[in-house]
Amino acid sequence: MADIRNNFVGIKSPNPFWLASAPPTDKAYNVERAFKAGWGGVVWKTLGEQGPPVVNVNGPRYGAIWGADRRLLGLNNIELITDRDLYTNLVEMKQVKKNWPDRAIVASIMVPCEEEAWKAILPLVEETEVDGIELNFGCPHGMSERGMGSAVGQVPEYIEMVVRWCKQYTRMPVITKLTPNITDIRHPARAAKRGGTDAVSLINTISSIVSVDLDSFSPNPSINGKGSHGGYCGPAVKPIALNMVAEIARDPETYGLPISGIGGVTTWRDAAEFLALGAGNVQVCTAAMTYGFKIVEEMITGLSAWMDTKGHRTLDDITGRAVQNVTDWQYLNLNYIAKAHIDQDACIKCGRCHIACEDTSHQAITAMVDGVRHFEVKEEDCVGCNLCVNVCPVENCITMDALPAGTLDKRTGRPVDPNYANWTSHPNNPMARQAAE
Amino acid sequence: MERLGSGIEAGRLSAKEYASNFSDLHPRLDRHEALVASDRCYFCYDAPCMTACPTAIDIPMFIRQISTGNPLGSAKTIFDQNILGGMCARVCPTETLCEEACVRNTAEDRPVEIGRLQRYATDIAMETGRQFFERKAPSGKKIAVVGAGPAGLAAAHRLAVNGHDVTILEAREKSGGLNEYGIATYKAVDDFASREVDYVTAIGGITIEHGKALGRDFSLSDLTAQYDAVFLGMGLSGVNGLGSDGENLAGVEDAIDFIAKLRQAKDKATIPVGRRIVVIGGGMTAIDVAIQAKLLGAEEVTICYRRGKQNMNASEYEQDLAASKGVIIRHWLAPKSIIGKEGKVAGIEVEYTAMKDGKLTGTGETGIIAADQIFKAIGQTFAASGLGALQFDKGKILVDADGHTSMENVWAGGDCIGRGEDLTVSAVAQGRDAAESINRMLAAGAQPASAVA
Repeated sequence: MADIRNNFVGIKSPNPFWLASAPPTDKAYNVERAFKAGWGGVVWKTLGEQGPPVVNVNGPRYGAIWGADRRLLGLNNIELITDRDLYTNLVEMKQVKKNWPDRAIVASIMVPCEEEAWKAILPLVEETEVDGIELNFGCPHGMSERGMGSAVGQVPEYIEMVVRWCKQYTRMPVITKLTPNITDIRHPARAAKRGGTDAVSLINTISSIVSVDLDSFSPNPSINGKGSHGGYCGPAVKPIALNMVAEIARDPETYGLPISGIGGVTTWRDAAEFLALGAGNVQVCTAAMTYGFKIVEEMITGLSAWMDTKGHRTLDDITGRAVQNVTDWQYLNLNYIAKAHIDQDACIKCGRCHIACEDTSHQAITAMVDGVRHFEVKEEDCVGCNLCVNVCPVENCITMDALPAGTLDKRTGRPVDPNYANWTSHPNNPMARQAAE
Repeated sequence: MERLGSGIEAGRLSAKEYASNFSDLHPRLDRHEALVASDRCYFCYDAPCMTACPTAIDIPMFIRQISTGNPLGSAKTIFDQNILGGMCARVCPTETLCEEACVRNTAEDRPVEIGRLQRYATDIAMETGRQFFERKAPSGKKIAVVGAGPAGLAAAHRLAVNGHDVTILEAREKSGGLNEYGIATYKAVDDFASREVDYVTAIGGITIEHGKALGRDFSLSDLTAQYDAVFLGMGLSGVNGLGSDGENLAGVEDAIDFIAKLRQAKDKATIPVGRRIVVIGGGMTAIDVAIQAKLLGAEEVTICYRRGKQNMNASEYEQDLAASKGVIIRHWLAPKSIIGKEGKVAGIEVEYTAMKDGKLTGTGETGIIAADQIFKAIGQTFAASGLGALQFDKGKILVDADGHTSMENVWAGGDCIGRGEDLTVSAVAQGRDAAESINRMLAAGAQPASAVA
């Protein structure tokens, strides 16, 4: 049986599935339910400084996009940090931690970018005996207008400065939550590391307008006819998050920095992919907000079953395993040649591969053979682009098969070269380097 | 009123039972159901469903329009090809046409519900009264259409769109043809057929004269003399007989007459039906009359078909539907004689049949099925007069691929011609295509002669 216990910067939890700082972790009632359902940990919804709490809008906070059958693919929100009194949250956190000593509780914090503000709140959080803190430098909506959230996360110098204060004023592990609303995620990650952070977590939500009401011409969610950009999350953002996690995992300056992976984790598979790209654990929100807390059961059993099948004993066996395979385009092997192949028994003859290839790509799939509706790859035209695989409604009906070295590539008329060769040495590259003599 | 009283009785059921039995077999999808159903369409390239549709409706497009919240655009896509798309959505044997071709059958044995989606879009358009077509400038041409059934209406609409003035001559008192008189009530409830006629003729330029029968009130040569072109779409008015003893006994009825009577009856409780019923035949009409007899409260309904299950013209789906209503379908049984008692039907003697040397023959083994009502559903025949020198093929009007008959300026379509299946949707396609052919002929005639030899 695979051991999926998680130790993230010294914070232990029975599994690597934490709930992210978000509406599901705003109060004891929800968090208790989450722990009963089996979640390994929670990052408590972001605390603000002492005083009158923030207020939220009283109209809709969420917008969404859907796929077929109204399956929720992306969620957008304009909810702010906790709108409950700081002490109410602290008292509940302390009690829940006492009730669930084996689970991880991390406090998310967002206070003004002033040393005194951080210095004031850290001891209060420490007193609750939760396991660590997460610095919310990510929220792109509302709080950023007040110089907090992503307004901090977009300036590496501020990140470094605040992390330094936190490391100075608390013994608790510090996780720095990064915003994806920047051009290069490596800069804020490097800054957090310079400040001494124990880990980074990413991604926070992406600035977004999810839709426009075509009757009122108001962005959604609409508050009295007006809308404001929100933070986008859910399955749709996973690819962006995976890339950013990988960028940090393979950056020499941040290599080895623990990462808590966030962004569209919906199934055990998503979680395993984040781990493979260097995350030490994952945080989940939208999937729970869509289906309820019970989904963690599928995540736990799915991850364990996969690990058992593959012979992975602990999470350390998985974490970072794909990082070495993430490279720059220029290093991809140009002598690797693949061709699409359509399994005629699995084909349902919808013809989408044909029309996608015919209209928009390489004219490499037939529609009719000998007067019969038949979809087959024309190897002499197939560049192996994979578009047909992606548009086919039947999984594994179309596969990309690599041509073994030495076989003839009917498109180029040349045999497949067994040697690795990339763009850096390609004759068409004006910057090509000569191979060493 | 005895629920199970013997003989042919009306009012066997309660009002509630009649209402439930004759309600919509497949009610219209609501918006949510339509969105879920439309999401299943793969938007296939050169879609097999479209190829399977006799009217070649762009099915992937109309379904995509439903899924994007554009039901009116969807209806326009349907009506472009099939102005009777509303009725076809109800009565088409989709299980042998578009839905049989759906690639979802290969994927998971469950096609996209094309028929029901088509009804969703067309119902919305017809309820809002939205007309999608405008007539072209008047051509000054007059065209006669014989028969206000699916073929005639489709032809008339397309001709009217092209600016011609159309006069439809209809023998019966209502328009619609088999849509009005021949469709099982639960497939098209209420007065849908007549509402559809109103919707189609709302384009303008179409006049319908009722009570005008070919051969009785006018002849084909009258029409060719008065009009620029003629379209014949009068369907089949003859009925095959059993040719067995006792056929004239009280209680022996033509299925199509019974179906028409039932369909016209506002109160189904007024329609008398037997306790034990035997239906002779194996097509859709046999199924329709058998099911409806059962729904009227008959205790026992048996369809006797002289060949095997695989030979039945009724689709598998229709057979299953009949079975689900409690109709018994017996194969390899041919009627021998009808047995009467006091001038009324008491039963039918049937003989087992078998294929011998490629020929259907009686085995000599006979039996009697008790019955107080017998329906003949063994096919309709072409029976019309006043057609002059028009040529026929196997008892139906001979036409080419455009529906052009052997006579200049005369076209034909629907059940009265020998091409295509006897389906509403085929009739619509034939009427539409004949109209296009007529239009081309008229346009060519209107062109100035070519100056270049």
